[in-house]
Amino acid sequence: MRSVVIVGASLAGVSAARSLRKHGFDGRITLVGDEAHLPYQRPPLSKQFLAGTWDRTRIEHRMPDSLGLDWILATRATSLDLAHREVALDDGRGLRFDGLVIATGARARKPRWYADLPGVFTLRTIDDAMAIKAHVRSGARRFAIVGAGFIGSEAAATLRDLGCDVTLIDIEPLPMLRVLGETLAGVCVRLHEAHGVQMALGNAVEGFVGTAKVEGVRLADGRMIDADGVVVGLGVVPNVEWLHGSGIALDDGVPCDATCAVPGVDRIVVAGDVARCDHPYYGPLRIEHVNNAIAQGDFAARTLLASPGAAEPCTAIPFFWSDQYDCKLQLVGAPSPNDAIRVVEGSLGERKFVVLFERNGVATGALLLNSPHRVPTYTSIVEDAARAHEPAT
Amino acid sequence: MKIVVDFDACMSNAQCVRAAPSVFEVREDGFLYVLQEQPPESLRAAVEEAARLCPTQAITIEV
Repeated sequence: MRSVVIVGASLAGVSAARSLRKHGFDGRITLVGDEAHLPYQRPPLSKQFLAGTWDRTRIEHRMPDSLGLDWILATRATSLDLAHREVALDDGRGLRFDGLVIATGARARKPRWYADLPGVFTLRTIDDAMAIKAHVRSGARRFAIVGAGFIGSEAAATLRDLGCDVTLIDIEPLPMLRVLGETLAGVCVRLHEAHGVQMALGNAVEGFVGTAKVEGVRLADGRMIDADGVVVGLGVVPNVEWLHGSGIALDDGVPCDATCAVPGVDRIVVAGDVARCDHPYYGPLRIEHVNNAIAQGDFAARTLLASPGAAEPCTAIPFFWSDQYDCKLQLVGAPSPNDAIRVVEGSLGERKFVVLFERNGVATGALLLNSPHRVPTYTSIVEDAARAHEPAT
Repeated sequence: MKIVVDFDACMSNAQCVRAAPSVFEVREDGFLYVLQEQPPESLRAAVEEAARLCPTQAITIEV
């Protein structure tokens, strides 16, 4: 293998590039990214970067020149030719490869009622975050956040901290219900309320109010939420369009085996938000978190370098965190909102607790609120439980 | 080898503790503590893994 092309120049791609070098690959590595920027960290976009406490240089990925990477930025891959092992780019070029890393990530989902009105934003890229900051700086003070998942909740918290009026809108009756389940989502709603966020939950959105610029959000029950800024945080869509017709199977992302290899093709691997990886413990999962991008980038690179049959499965336990107001929330494992929950430390009322998710008596995950010192312990507990109940194959 | 932690960037996600528990510790006060700022060479692989796994890139290893 003399050349590796990595399509996607964010965390998973960067992690793969680093890992290739770490494990001795000295051939050509080309990273293709559709954004004009060198890789940066996304988690601060809804937190410190949006708040203005961290500037742009603060969130750049440290990429030593010694890695010897070729960058093609502000350029999009448009198709993949498996027979010729070539990626076509939107500037007309074709990149031949021996090994390919698919790390194209995901983009903010725009619902059918979405409109690119001034004052309407998604929050996925540094350009998105800068646009929201500029809007606040130009005087916007009443924000409606559509989607009370993690991005929406963090954006609500940060904008509230900046002194804006914030209304949180979601079709579900509680924030983060689909991740955390009813009891814990109840803790989250009280947290927002305690910080003066208005709630418009259990409501579908019909569309925006305003023509020259956004003036509000129209709800299905007929209500209007006045707003001079709207952030839509309704999840993401994996970036797979460039693979249509290539012969690579697609199913909510790019399915791959536990080693991040795309089945049935030679030396093509997937990592990060776009990967639907067959997790040894949890089965096929598409995970949209930082630690997963780091882990899968590494495993994908090592799979490319491994001799046939020798690649190792990525068994990393899913982990992510969210900072909202003065609360740190950390989730390990792959719990379902329908799992039973058991408070194992602290209490729900005191905003410092650990909750175990359990299915048939087996720990599937843990949520830690303001208890970061317990992350190693509960990661081990969840990992041991997952390993002991690994589905037989 | 010298470990430098950017404590402003550190979000106490404790992934480093899993990788190198004799070097890093997150305590009940919520802060990260570096137990050995100049750990022996024998811990290099573990410390490099800790730095790699840090989701906020708060850990740097000098020389």
